[in-house]
Amino acid sequence: MRIKIEKRFYITKWQETLIISASIVLAFFSGAVVLHFLGVSPLEAYGMMIKGSLSDFYGISETVAKTIPLTMCSLAVALSFTMVVWNIGAEGQFVLGALACTALVRYMDIDNPLIMLAAMGIVASIAGGLWGGFAGFLKAKWNVNEIITTLMMNYIAILLLQYFVYGSWRDPTSLGFPMTPLFPEGARLPQFFGTRIHAGIFFALVLAVLIWVVVRKGVWGYEIRVSGQNPKAADYAGIRSARNVMLVMFISGAIAGLAGMAEMAGLHRRLQPGFAIGYGYTAIIIAWLARLHPVTIIFVSFLFGALFVGGENLQIAMRLPLSSVQILQGLILFFLLGGEFFRNYRISLTFKKR
Amino acid sequence: MKMRGITKSFYGMKANDCVDFDLRGGEVHALLGENGAGKSTLMSVLCGLYHPDEGTIEVEDQRVEFRSPRDAISRGIGIVHQHFMLVPSLTVWENLVLGSKDLPFVVNEDAICERIKDLSQRYGLDVDPSAPIWTLSIGEQQRVAILRMLYHEAKILILDEPTSVLTPQEIEHLFSTIKHMKKEGYGIIFISHKLREVFEISDRITVLRRGKVVGSLNAREATPEMLAEMMVGSSDTGEIPRTKKSPATKGKPILIAEGLVVRNDKGLVAVDGVSFTLREGQIFGIAGVSGNGQGELAEALAGMRRIESGKLYLVTEDVTSASARHMVDLGVKYVPADRKGVGLVPNMNVAENVALRKYWHSPYSKGFFIDWDEVHRHSKSLVESYEILTPGLDVPVRMLSGGNQQKLILARELSDNLRLLVAMQPTWGLDVKATAFVREKLMSARAEGAAVLLISEDLDELLALSDELAVIYRGKIMGILEGPGAGDIERIGLMMAGISSNS
Repeated sequence: MRIKIEKRFYITKWQETLIISASIVLAFFSGAVVLHFLGVSPLEAYGMMIKGSLSDFYGISETVAKTIPLTMCSLAVALSFTMVVWNIGAEGQFVLGALACTALVRYMDIDNPLIMLAAMGIVASIAGGLWGGFAGFLKAKWNVNEIITTLMMNYIAILLLQYFVYGSWRDPTSLGFPMTPLFPEGARLPQFFGTRIHAGIFFALVLAVLIWVVVRKGVWGYEIRVSGQNPKAADYAGIRSARNVMLVMFISGAIAGLAGMAEMAGLHRRLQPGFAIGYGYTAIIIAWLARLHPVTIIFVSFLFGALFVGGENLQIAMRLPLSSVQILQGLILFFLLGGEFFRNYRISLTFKKR
Repeated sequence: MKMRGITKSFYGMKANDCVDFDLRGGEVHALLGENGAGKSTLMSVLCGLYHPDEGTIEVEDQRVEFRSPRDAISRGIGIVHQHFMLVPSLTVWENLVLGSKDLPFVVNEDAICERIKDLSQRYGLDVDPSAPIWTLSIGEQQRVAILRMLYHEAKILILDEPTSVLTPQEIEHLFSTIKHMKKEGYGIIFISHKLREVFEISDRITVLRRGKVVGSLNAREATPEMLAEMMVGSSDTGEIPRTKKSPATKGKPILIAEGLVVRNDKGLVAVDGVSFTLREGQIFGIAGVSGNGQGELAEALAGMRRIESGKLYLVTEDVTSASARHMVDLGVKYVPADRKGVGLVPNMNVAENVALRKYWHSPYSKGFFIDWDEVHRHSKSLVESYEILTPGLDVPVRMLSGGNQQKLILARELSDNLRLLVAMQPTWGLDVKATAFVREKLMSARAEGAAVLLISEDLDELLALSDELAVIYRGKIMGILEGPGAGDIERIGLMMAGISSNS
């Protein structure tokens, strides 16, 4: 018997779906092994996760609340991935957006809530955009690897956040907890139906459609797709790739920054260190799973939202650490990337008579 | 050596289908076929790179099974690849001993060099054993690649398209080496798709088509027409019809280059003070061994590479620093040598690839958006008029054959206000039919009054098509011939090797 590995030419839709489904099933299966060694019944744990996130109105509303930042961050990274520019820094850009809009609330007094929220959105987008755009500038100018710069800048962003919430921005009445004072009424996005679903959901939906239109129908979207697929053909077409790298990183960062603002104004309404729980990293997995398709991203984000909420339920009900959910996420990514191999190659066994 | 019933499939397609092939000592057996006929696959099986799905190989009446090229070499079978697969930073002798199994811990450099010198002298393969590979010319590198096989005591030598990178004089030198080795009892497999060379050097000829052996015959009994028919299934020899009529009057100048200097990606001067004039209704050929600045020159004319000094005028407009996009808008089109690497985006579909060089102007785009309906309409008409075989406009172009990919590029470049076409190696790797199609299109562009700059390594093609022919060597134009013909081959060959026609 011989094992033969051949490169694939073509892959059908259902083969692709099969590969992705198999990756996820295998991830949950290996997750079950981990859960078993953590001393809980895997079935019970998975049941608990589904119960907490999808079985009732409250659970679903919580899942949707998490879907909002996940969708926005995923759209952000998906846009850069379209150009094959690897923005791994959505987490940091998300934090920068939150920091910038909190600074605005703290230092500017604007009475009109509409103007206030618009201004918050703008400064958050610019802050996130500059944070991402800087990495884009380094890449365009000196070909500095954006994976490393964006990743490193995440740490800077998170430490900056801690500097402010533990330091000069700390609420004097918070009894020492690291958090800023609550935002005033005028700096909050409305929440609906008595749940934590907030107006940020419209940002996410509108952005998804907008990005789909720009990438599929727009001149600029076409340019970044060409640059991503074949940089030399981009030169041949007279596309200014260096400018587009900076632009794509700026816009990608701006979307993540806006997500940070929505998370502040819609959900937490104050800056505290615990709000950045890895949405920016999870976004990478989501964008990959959704094959960078903006509308698919919404649905995949919802599933990952459920994973987050279910994970919280797991922490509370079974006293498992947050990292157990992160292990599960890691396993999903691991198997997805492994599945990539099967997208590109075909393995066949041949039995040969001697 | 005998190969029997060799079958090898890729992606379910049979690249070799029950092929028989044999070789005796002291003969040159040519393997002839179009690109994609299965020549390379068969030879990769023979030299241990691929394992056949079915079939057997015998060497000296002994059944052998190769698991790697090393196995093949140990049985005396060595291949000289088209791209020699040498390590540029290492010296000649280091490249030769690379892969030797029984190398002692401390290498005796002198003894190795001595042996290399012996071999070189015996077969007229002159090289300095201690020179680093990157300092050698292409012809010398080929000698090293052959020496490597001799050093490993190969008895059967496979030469994969050995002439495609050589000047006419270097080819002659190679042939005399082959003849000498033949006399010493070596078996040589000569792979080519050039009929002329096959006739000159080989004793027997085997023709492959679509993975199958069409026939095997003695070179003395063969005629070019027979072989051509066997290769493509029709008696078209791929000879270029000389339909052109010289223009009665010289056309008006379209592009004037004055002392162009262009650097390559490493920052070295690749085009060194080149001047010429391209005229309406004229094909201007540029001959030269690859890597003498042709690519950089073409890119500079297409606006893709900065011109360091010198001037470039399109009629009267100074376009020395014009962008690629501006050049397209002015009607300067470009067919790059690397189809899939530059000319197309393989993962994008036919319509998206048509848009590549047009999408920025109307009617294909409106404001921020591309009018994909319009692009589809245009693509559909191009696909029809250029007879591009594609399952549809939404198919990624990587699924198209090389010929159809090239047709697509030509269709895109030749449509919409053409004034000058820069065509780099436009028929490279194409089958006879596609080659004829491309040449026909170049001629019709010329007939319609456009200027064509044809950069090629195929001298026959250049001689048949060009009204004027320049030879480039190390970034300099060695000479320009008006109305070149077959009688000029020797002169051109000398210029390709850097020997000026004036001296």
